[in-house]
Amino acid sequence: MIGIGLLKAMKVTMKNFIRKPSTIQYPDRKVGLSGAAKNEGESIPGMVSKTPGTALKALAGMYSVPVNVPQNQRFRGNEFTWYEDRCTGCASCAKYCPLGIIEIVTSPGGFDVQQGESYAIDVFDIDIGRCMFCGLCVEACPYDALHMGSRFERSRFERASLVIPIDELREALKQPSSWFRPQFEERKYNPFKDEHIEDHHRAGRHESPSAGELDQRWVKER
Amino acid sequence: MNTAFLDNSWFRNIYCYLAGDSASCADRGYSSGFLPAGLEWLGFAITAFIIIFAVINFALGAVLVYIWAERRMLGRIQNRTGPNRWGPFGIFTSVADAIKTLFKEDIVPDDADRLLFNIAPIIMVFPVFLVLAVIPFGAGTFVLDLNIGLLFVIAVTSMSGLAVVLAAWSSGNRVSIFAGMRSVAMLISYEIPMALAVLGVIMIAGSLSLGAIVEAQDVPFLIVQPLGFFVFVIAAQAETSRTPFDIIEAESELAAGYLNDYSSMKFGIFFLAEFLATIAAAMIIVTVFLGGWRGWDPIPSHFWFFAKTMLVLAAIIWLRFSWPRLRIDQILSLAWKGLFELTLINIVATGILIAIWPEPTYAQLWIMAGINWAVFLVSIWAISKLLGTSDYARDDEGVHTLAYPVAEDELPDDLTLSKGAVR
Repeated sequence: MIGIGLLKAMKVTMKNFIRKPSTIQYPDRKVGLSGAAKNEGESIPGMVSKTPGTALKALAGMYSVPVNVPQNQRFRGNEFTWYEDRCTGCASCAKYCPLGIIEIVTSPGGFDVQQGESYAIDVFDIDIGRCMFCGLCVEACPYDALHMGSRFERSRFERASLVIPIDELREALKQPSSWFRPQFEERKYNPFKDEHIEDHHRAGRHESPSAGELDQRWVKER
Repeated sequence: MNTAFLDNSWFRNIYCYLAGDSASCADRGYSSGFLPAGLEWLGFAITAFIIIFAVINFALGAVLVYIWAERRMLGRIQNRTGPNRWGPFGIFTSVADAIKTLFKEDIVPDDADRLLFNIAPIIMVFPVFLVLAVIPFGAGTFVLDLNIGLLFVIAVTSMSGLAVVLAAWSSGNRVSIFAGMRSVAMLISYEIPMALAVLGVIMIAGSLSLGAIVEAQDVPFLIVQPLGFFVFVIAAQAETSRTPFDIIEAESELAAGYLNDYSSMKFGIFFLAEFLATIAAAMIIVTVFLGGWRGWDPIPSHFWFFAKTMLVLAAIIWLRFSWPRLRIDQILSLAWKGLFELTLINIVATGILIAIWPEPTYAQLWIMAGINWAVFLVSIWAISKLLGTSDYARDDEGVHTLAYPVAEDELPDDLTLSKGAVR
């Protein structure tokens, strides 16, 4: 019948109107008096008597609480986590990068140069302004030295600042994403619960064997 | 001095406090006013200024709140939160928008007719303020109870067509002129059903005065005049260019229509006029069809009026976000083929009933309502059968018309081509 379609349309909009909004407000959201009191860790009358300024601010709708947006633990953030102690300077990541945005300059050095165990790494720059976060560099890393980061708030005002230099990689908070690193999930590690892995031994695929175990594995068993 | 204003209780109170005119204030107990004798005209002017100032600023504030409410509601309908950054629940968003609009660069195109270009927004906005002058906001609360109130409303609102065509023409822009022509065609077409739709109300109430119409609504005219209400609401939506009739400046399809070249506060004034017109239309709908300020007693009449207005506005917003926009030919055919006939049917039906009961009592109003509802349903059914979906109906016998040429042997077996089909 003519006109039923119009009523159906109104039914659909009304159904969505009474639904809860599905948006998550980021990076913070405005709260009223009760939300502000909860954030301050007080009861509402307690907050009004102790900090009337905050209460007024909340009443005027200018009080905001930060919103943490939890992602999946395999989320590929736009910051990388790199363990210098695990890195041999083989530059596999730079070779595999489809965009060629990883720049590595190494020099013979480090330790055990004769056996070729490691290079000293002079430059390790990742230009995330052009990065597409495919993660091939992370897949390519034979020593689990490079991981996708789990954080995503690295916007800058200049293109040049989007290059992550080696110093920043060294000093950054080590919160690797567990993307392509099943060992993190086995160890129940979740970067979005404020956990971080500073010890490079814990970032690897296996527990690092002791000298005795190495001896057992490579000498005695053969 | 125009003593018509003294019917207004608020006006009279302020005037008597200021002037204490013995002729018109004796029964109020004012022996002498605040102003010295001989300055009654000054008291009159100050009082008029206060009342007009209050009403206009109230209307402007209402527009800000209404825009905020509409955006919040839109947000919720689209599963968003809507504006929420400025003030509690984002209620100061409209203020921020107004400030932003004020500080934008005011551009007048080289080809524009400067005078008309500047005047058009003013012509657009001031009829709406004039409409507010005759609306009774509560018992005894109005600026002026004109005895031709409803006629005044319909006459004054038709000024928006003039403003639209002036704005379009003075922009010196052919796109604007196209949009302006289309808008004026729509606005003028919907004047007619709008004016005819209220004739039934006028017949029953026996007066054009909005105050008298409210007094006459022992039964709300929504119940007595369903057909009039139906047509009036649709026509009012079109007159205020709300969805589904917002072809005037359909944001997603037509850039900005006739206000293509407007920027800064001139655009802001058009914007204001559009939303103010919606509020005024809701107030007129409430006054004429929903019993105006009448309600149940302990709650003041002003509350009833504004509660009903908000309800109507919420319904208008709901419709806006539910229905798609009509094409210009569909809009015009709806006005001329559909609504026009419906109003004529309404006038004939109500006229016959009024000939039987010249001054209907409460019971007779209910009988009228029953007959009118029957007329409403039958006529809507008949008109929709006549207009129907004939424009979109497919040919009989399941014949398809192909929009692109195909080879004969590639056609599916069950496809029969009609005579005019492309091969």
